[in-house]
Amino acid sequence: MRALLLAIILSLAVLSPAHAMLPDEVLPNPALEARARAISAELRCLVCQNQSIDDSDAPLARDLRIIVRERLLAGDTDTQVRDFVVARYGEFVLLRPVLAAHTIVLWIAAPLVLILGMAGVVLAARRRSAVLATTTIPSALTPEEEAALARLQERDR
Amino acid sequence: MIIELGHFALVLAFALSVVSAIVGFTFRGSSAQVTLFLRHAALLQFLLVGAAFAALVQAFVVSDFSLALAYQHSHSLQPLLYKVTSVWGNHEGSMLLWVLILVLFGAAVAAFGRPLPFDLLALVLAMQGLMVAAFAGFTLFTSNPFMRMVPAPFEGEDLNPVLQDIGLAIHPPLLYMGYVGFSICFSFAIAALISGRIDAAWARWVRPWTLISWTFLTLGIAMGSYWAYYELGWGGWWFWDPVENASFMPWLAGTALLHSAIVMEKRNALKIWTVFLAIITFSLSLLGTFLVRSGILTSVHTFASDPTRGMVILTMLGLFIGGAFTLFAMRANALRAGGLFHPLSREGALVLNNLFLATATGAVLVGTLYPLVLDALTGQAISVGAPFFDLTFSALMVPLLILLPFGPFLAWKRGDLVGIVQRLAGAAALALFCAILVAALSGASISLAPLGLLLGFWVMFGAIAELVEKARFGRLPIGQSFRRLFGLPRTAYSTTLAHFGMGVTVIGIVAASAWEMERVVAMNPGDTQTLAGYTIGFEGLTEEPGPNFAAEHGTFAITAPGGGTRQAIAERRVYVASGQPTTEAAIETYGFSQVYIQLGEVAANGSHVVRLWYKPYVTLIWLGCVLMALAGFISLSYRRMRVAAPTPSRRKTVPAE
Repeated sequence: MRALLLAIILSLAVLSPAHAMLPDEVLPNPALEARARAISAELRCLVCQNQSIDDSDAPLARDLRIIVRERLLAGDTDTQVRDFVVARYGEFVLLRPVLAAHTIVLWIAAPLVLILGMAGVVLAARRRSAVLATTTIPSALTPEEEAALARLQERDR
Repeated sequence: MIIELGHFALVLAFALSVVSAIVGFTFRGSSAQVTLFLRHAALLQFLLVGAAFAALVQAFVVSDFSLALAYQHSHSLQPLLYKVTSVWGNHEGSMLLWVLILVLFGAAVAAFGRPLPFDLLALVLAMQGLMVAAFAGFTLFTSNPFMRMVPAPFEGEDLNPVLQDIGLAIHPPLLYMGYVGFSICFSFAIAALISGRIDAAWARWVRPWTLISWTFLTLGIAMGSYWAYYELGWGGWWFWDPVENASFMPWLAGTALLHSAIVMEKRNALKIWTVFLAIITFSLSLLGTFLVRSGILTSVHTFASDPTRGMVILTMLGLFIGGAFTLFAMRANALRAGGLFHPLSREGALVLNNLFLATATGAVLVGTLYPLVLDALTGQAISVGAPFFDLTFSALMVPLLILLPFGPFLAWKRGDLVGIVQRLAGAAALALFCAILVAALSGASISLAPLGLLLGFWVMFGAIAELVEKARFGRLPIGQSFRRLFGLPRTAYSTTLAHFGMGVTVIGIVAASAWEMERVVAMNPGDTQTLAGYTIGFEGLTEEPGPNFAAEHGTFAITAPGGGTRQAIAERRVYVASGQPTTEAAIETYGFSQVYIQLGEVAANGSHVVRLWYKPYVTLIWLGCVLMALAGFISLSYRRMRVAAPTPSRRKTVPAE
C-alpha cells in the first residue's frame, strides 16, 4: 500500500528530490518564522498527494510559503493569512477542515459514535442483567460438549 | 512457455476455487469426505497460485521483456533483489501477491484445521474458496499480469526508483499477510452465522488467526512507516494519508477483535460483537484494497474516467460486505446469551477498550471517506489532513491509554478498584518520576509533551506492574516469587510485552514530535553546522556510479556531544532508465535518537542545500511496534500448541488468572 503511495507522490509531485524549504525563505525574526512554519504545516500543497506546503518541494508550495511569510511581515494575524490563502485557492488548501454546515458531520462523527457506543453498552448491560434475572438461558452446548470443553480447559491449565 | 504455464496455473486455481465454493456451500454438512475434498482443494490452490507466482518471478529475474508487466516495471540493470520485488511493485503483480497470500492462509487452515468439526471447516474453506474465486477472477479478467508483448522490447522501463529499496521486499508481503489473514476470521464468522453455532471453542479457533494477522499487520505498518521515514527524505513517519489509513483501520479493528475474542473464549460473552468485529475487520481490509486499487484516492474523477477495475472491486466489496451484514442481521439474534459480568471487571475493561478502538476506527474511516463523499455529493473539495486526525485520534487514545494498565489487574466477573489503585500506585509514581526526568533532560518547554511522556511511562510501568503482581513480589519470599514469575504462562508475558511496547511507541511519538530540531542551510565542502549539540561537518562530494543509477555521495562528519566522530553519507541519485532523481538520507543512530541529514539541490551560488534534523527517541516508535509484534509471536508459539495439537499432559504452571 505504501508502495503505491510512494509511487503516486513521486509521479504527481514535480520530479525533483524531496527537500522542502530553502534557506533563503527563512525569516530573520524567529517568532514570525515559527508562526510561518505552524501555518505552513496546515496548508496543503495543491499539486501534491497529501503533503503540506511545509513538507513539499513543488514550486507552487514554495510560492505559497513565500506568500505566507509576506503576509506575516505585512502584519497579518494567523487567521488573516489563512483567509488570504483560502480566498485564492479555496477551502481545499486547508488540511484542518473548517467547522461549518458542510463539515459538521465530519467533526461530530467521532464524539457521536462514542456517545452512542456508550449508550449501547449501558443498554445492553441493563437488558442482559434483566433477562438473566428472570430466565435461565439454555446453554448453546450440549452437556457432552460442555464436558469435553471442560476437559480441554483443564488440560490447558 | 513458463509464463503461459503460470497463466494456466492461475486459471486452474480460479476454476478449482469456484468448484470449492459451490461444492462446499452445497454439500457442507453431508459428510467428512466433502471436507477432505475441500482441504485438498485448498492445498492444491496454494500450489497452483504458487506456481503462477513463481513463473512471474522467473520472468522478472531473467528480464523477459516479452512480458508486458516486466517491460513496464523492470530493467535488466536492476540488482536481483529489485528484479524480484518489481513483481509486486505494480498493480497486477501485487494483486497476484494478494491472491497468493489468500490461498496460503486457506492452505494453512486446511493443514492445521483437522481437529475442527468437519461441517465448520467445510464452511470456512468454502468461504475462502469464494474469496479466491473473486480475487483470482479479478486478477485474471481485469488485471492480468501474464500479458505478452509482440515484438518484445529490448529493454524495460525500470521500476519507480523510490520503490527500489529493501522496503519493497519486506513491507507489502508483511502488510498483505495481515490484511488477508483477517479473511480467515471473516470466514469463521460467516461459518458461525450460517451454522448458527458459536461458542467459546469457536473463539479459541479464531484467536490464533486473529493474532497472526494482527502481528503481521503491526510489523507491516511499522515497516512502511520506517520506510517512508528514511526514503521520502523529510523524516516524516506518519502522514494520515488515505493509503496509510486504509491499513490502519484494519489494525485498529483487529486490535479490538483480539481483545473481544479473549472475553468470548474465557467468559463466553460478547459473542455477537466479536462476530461483528471479525466481519468489520476484514471488510476494512477489503475497503483498503478498494481505495488503493481503484485509483479513487487520487481523485473521484480518475475513478470515473477508468471505472472498470474500480467498479469490479466496488461490486465485490458490496457483495462480500453487504452479504456478510445481511447474514449478520438475519442470524445474530440466534447467538444470544453469554456470561454475566459487573461493569467493573475484566470484561467491562475490555468492553471499554473495544468502545474506544471501534470509535477510533470510525473516526479514521469518516475522516478518510468524508472528502470523497462530499466531493461526489456536492462537488465541494475539502481536505482532511493530519491536523484533523491528530486532534480526533489523540482525543480518543488518551483515555484508552490512561485506562489500559487497569484492565489486566481487574478480575473476571467483578473487580476491586480500590485494591488495584493501591497496586498501581507504585507504577504511577515511577511513571511520574521518569516523565519529569526525561522532560527536564530534554529541556522541556511549556507544552503537552511531559503529559504525553507521563502517559507512555504509565502504560509501560503498568504493564510491568502486572507481572510483578502475578508473581506476588513483595508478598511472598523473593525466591518463591521468581519461581512464580518463571512459571507464568507465555500469554501473561505477551500481554505485558505488548502493552509495554505500546507505551514505548507512545514515548517515541511524543518525544520525536515535541523535541525534533531542524535546520535548513546552504553548505559548501568544509562548512560546519551545529544542531542539538552535534557538530556536523560537510567534508566533500564524490561521484559514485551505482548499478542502474549515477550517484553523488556527500560525506558528513558527525561529532556527538560526548565526543567521537562518525562519517555518514547522504546521496543524490539519478536513475538511468527514467532520468528520475532521488535522494538517500544519511541517518546515524545515537542511543534511541537519530541525526538525519538530507543532501538537497545545488543552489544558484554553487553551495548545497542541506537539511539537518535531530530526532530524539524516534526509533522508539518502531521499536515499540516490534515489541508488540514479538508479543504476538510469543503468544502464538504457546497458542499454536493448544490449538493444533493439545498435548495430553503438561507441566504444572501457575494459573494466569
